[in-house]
Amino acid sequence: MEHFLGIFVKAIFVENMALTFFLGMCTFIAISKKIETAFGLGIAVVVVLGLTVPINNLILTNFLREGALTWAGFPAVDLSFLGYLTYIGVIAAVVQILEMILDRYFPFLYNALGIFLPLITVNCAILGAVLFMAERDQTFGESMVFGLGAGVGWALAITALAGVREKLKYSDVPEGLRGLGITFITVGLLSLCFMSFGGIDL
Amino acid sequence: MSTAREVLLDPILDNNPITLQVLGICSALAVTIKLSTTLVMCISVMAVTIASNVLISLLRNVIPANIRIIVQMTIIASLVIVVDQILQAVAYDLSKSMSVFVGLIITNCIVLGRAEAFAMQNGPWRSALDGLGNALGYGLLLIAVAVIREPLGAGTLLGYTVLPSVSSGGWYYTNGLLLLSPSAFFIIGLIIWALRSWKPEQVEEPEYQITHSAQFMETV
Repeated sequence: MEHFLGIFVKAIFVENMALTFFLGMCTFIAISKKIETAFGLGIAVVVVLGLTVPINNLILTNFLREGALTWAGFPAVDLSFLGYLTYIGVIAAVVQILEMILDRYFPFLYNALGIFLPLITVNCAILGAVLFMAERDQTFGESMVFGLGAGVGWALAITALAGVREKLKYSDVPEGLRGLGITFITVGLLSLCFMSFGGIDL
Repeated sequence: MSTAREVLLDPILDNNPITLQVLGICSALAVTIKLSTTLVMCISVMAVTIASNVLISLLRNVIPANIRIIVQMTIIASLVIVVDQILQAVAYDLSKSMSVFVGLIITNCIVLGRAEAFAMQNGPWRSALDGLGNALGYGLLLIAVAVIREPLGAGTLLGYTVLPSVSSGGWYYTNGLLLLSPSAFFIIGLIIWALRSWKPEQVEEPEYQITHSAQFMETV
């Protein structure tokens, strides 16, 4: 239990997807002008990460890894080079299915997240978390906790940045720094804050 | 219709993918700690962008519109697999030190963004130039960041000592902040500031203008 809690907290604070690994930066900077939309996108990312990381973990351990196909009678087959193609396919499929389910059964959620859902396919935070899962040889349970934690961390970071930017738009920023420039520096300062979590180990 | 020269040179300074189009920041920043990894990353992105632009431009009349994103992703993912396998065969240590970031070229917004915005409407030759130009604009900025970070952070450049650090008997006190992730944001923010001071037409419109209050003006 403690081990899982450690992975969860580490994924949220110490190894924050957005602020330590720079993942999902394009969406992170483009869609952080308002707290509400940022929060909605954050929730969508939590859901997609919580689903895709464990699913990809199952595929990796049962089909792709060297010797994983022993159950089908091919003990010598190593399909791990197909990893990227499989992961991105699974991510695109999960996002598509999620979109259809939300549209059918939870229309209010679908309307809230609508435009952001398809964007999530190309969010590097999703693929990044899946690749980290593959690199770290996580078990199924670990991958589930890690996926959720990574999503919560990303959502926290984008909501925090949106909060800062909502205040920041009233300030008098030097001309050349206006917009994108000051956002980068704000993200830098946020990332510096998150570094204070470094070394926390449960 | 812009000329081939404009297609190639425009993205380098005037329409830079990172500083103006806000594309491809994701997988970029973490590899700029060392110049060597940055160069490998730039070359990989260049190869993938050019190849995907050409392939998608050749297929642009065959791809059905409503599944085009999936087709584009499949093409890009296959190209990245090729690049990754080549890197693992030729430069295994470098590819290990870049860990997941080679794979993240798939979701690098530059590749998909240019495929969607340019290659779907233009012929293969112009698409190749557009891919090269955008990859150059991306690479230039990445190299600029790495050239600031590596010498000031570790005292080396491409592994050769430039500023002899105190820990190895020299005089330079290395600045550890530059090896950490926040510094990359600061440096890019400052580069954007410099670029926009040089080219004022890139400055964004403010959402709110601060006016001088009438009361204050009267007192003055």
